[in-house]
Amino acid sequence: MSEQEALFRYTLRMGDNSLVLGHRNSEWCGHGPVLEEDIAQANIALDLIGQARNYLTYAGEVEAKFRPSALPTGQAGPLRTEDDLAYLRGEREYINVQLVELPKGDYARTIVRSFLFDAFHLPLQQALTTSKDERLKGIAEKAVKEVTYHLRHSSEWLVRFGDGTEESHRRAQEALDDLWRYTGELFTPDEAEEVLAKAGIAPKLADVKQEWSATVDRVLKEATLKRPADGWMASGGKKGIHTEHLGPMLAEMQTLQRSYPGVEW
Amino acid sequence: MYKISLRERVPSTTLATRNTFPYIMPDSQQESLFQQKVDAEQKIEPRDWMPDGYRKNLVRQISQHAHSEIVGMLPEGNWITRAPSLRRKTILLAKVQDEAGHGLYLYSAAETLGTGRDEMVDQLLSGAAKYSSIFNYPTLTWADIGAIGWLVDGAAIMNQVMLCRTSYGPYARAMVRICKEESFHQRQGYDILITLSKGTPEQKAMAQDALDRWWWPSLMMFGPSDKDSPHSAQSLKWKIKRQSNDELRQIFIDRTVSQAEFLGLKIPDPKLKWNEATQHYDWGEIDWTEFNEVIRGNGPCNAERMAARRKAHADGAWVREAALAYAGKKSKRNAA
Repeated sequence: MSEQEALFRYTLRMGDNSLVLGHRNSEWCGHGPVLEEDIAQANIALDLIGQARNYLTYAGEVEAKFRPSALPTGQAGPLRTEDDLAYLRGEREYINVQLVELPKGDYARTIVRSFLFDAFHLPLQQALTTSKDERLKGIAEKAVKEVTYHLRHSSEWLVRFGDGTEESHRRAQEALDDLWRYTGELFTPDEAEEVLAKAGIAPKLADVKQEWSATVDRVLKEATLKRPADGWMASGGKKGIHTEHLGPMLAEMQTLQRSYPGVEW
Repeated sequence: MYKISLRERVPSTTLATRNTFPYIMPDSQQESLFQQKVDAEQKIEPRDWMPDGYRKNLVRQISQHAHSEIVGMLPEGNWITRAPSLRRKTILLAKVQDEAGHGLYLYSAAETLGTGRDEMVDQLLSGAAKYSSIFNYPTLTWADIGAIGWLVDGAAIMNQVMLCRTSYGPYARAMVRICKEESFHQRQGYDILITLSKGTPEQKAMAQDALDRWWWPSLMMFGPSDKDSPHSAQSLKWKIKRQSNDELRQIFIDRTVSQAEFLGLKIPDPKLKWNEATQHYDWGEIDWTEFNEVIRGNGPCNAERMAARRKAHADGAWVREAALAYAGKKSKRNAA
């Protein structure tokens, strides 16, 4: 795989991860457990969707220079915009990790999912601030500030749940046990990630995992929650093989673009 | 900024302590001093003496306004996950987030009058408190998001600009902040409709359909006609309100007609006509039966809106309990 092709897949994945998680978080808007959390979740969703726009725009530009053979191509002319990539790809063409696409569940599940992702996302973005690719570096410099807040938010709530009431502890532990199997995929590199790590454009996922694991241990200890054992891990998102949850989410998200092709909104 | 603030219920008398003067000065004299202050355009502040009716009227109005912001998140929230571009999604999400923020400012302003937020929320959920009836109408197409920004926020701004000059200080100051954000909301709504009105015939039809459905409910937002408005005269005297329902409604119509013309849309009122003599538009009659039915709970979405709020509150109970329990444990540990 060439460096350009790898860069396309990488930026696309970064965009997909942020977009899908941002979309899931935005589902809380108007339905949060307390008004301050409606605001916080909307804020986090806005950050993530903003990041997705940066990545998808860049992915389209990279792709225009080089058209990878691995993806279905040609739908939208030479340059695919952020909206072409967000609204006109089907679920098999989305390459986000499965963790982000799972339904939001109760608030414990939302917080645990966010925490597991944020604890991965922060060291990843921090590493990208030293990327040899100027665009990725620029996006990461802004994202680090946002993701620092995301991790603080999800960690604080996880501690409240773990060390709160019996019920909140139980819900948090159940969510953790259930979501744990989706964390393996975060750190299993695909070819694009390996190519870019060699080129100094993206970090090695093994390094990111070390930091993730330390954060997880530290916060779970404070939350009095038990770290699940690593067992069987789900995977496939990075290759476009998803859970059954992504399809309906995209159908909802893409409804207008799909129903009225080619018009301005 | 996003720290959760969960309060134990505070008895209303401890939140806003009454000035000690009433025990020295008879109420009638206090009331006349109060009215002089209002007439002189001085702001009334939480610790100032105020007539019970003034306090009650304000709590009713401010909490109703806060509830409207919160319930108002639902019809627009209905389109966050379906917004047709990432730019539109971002703008809509930011807008709905602003509304949650407005709810917070307003609950805080009402709390200065001695009613706690939990109590106000309970009143909303029990159906004892009202919210703006406009949010009992459904958002059926993307154009409705445009129409809400343009017409509903547009009508709300008319009221809110007036309320920046309201006599109660904390309310007036909350309104100044809110108005800045609301004008952005109105522009984003109008911008959606500009795009649709320049679009395909289907998009134009979508915009016209939204105007047809939202026009009359938007006019109803100004409340009953002055002659039927139970709280109006006293509110004007106390300068809680500064302009009457009918005055504001007329200004809104006069401004909005040309905006509809610019969009190439037709306002669904056959009696709408410019009157040279009055320099205002003449217009038809609001269906007050519909207005009263929706207030009574018989609008298209009253039941859904309340069910959604009650569900969010009930589903969130364990979250709020956990936060309180953790805060309690933490303060015990810190004290130890």
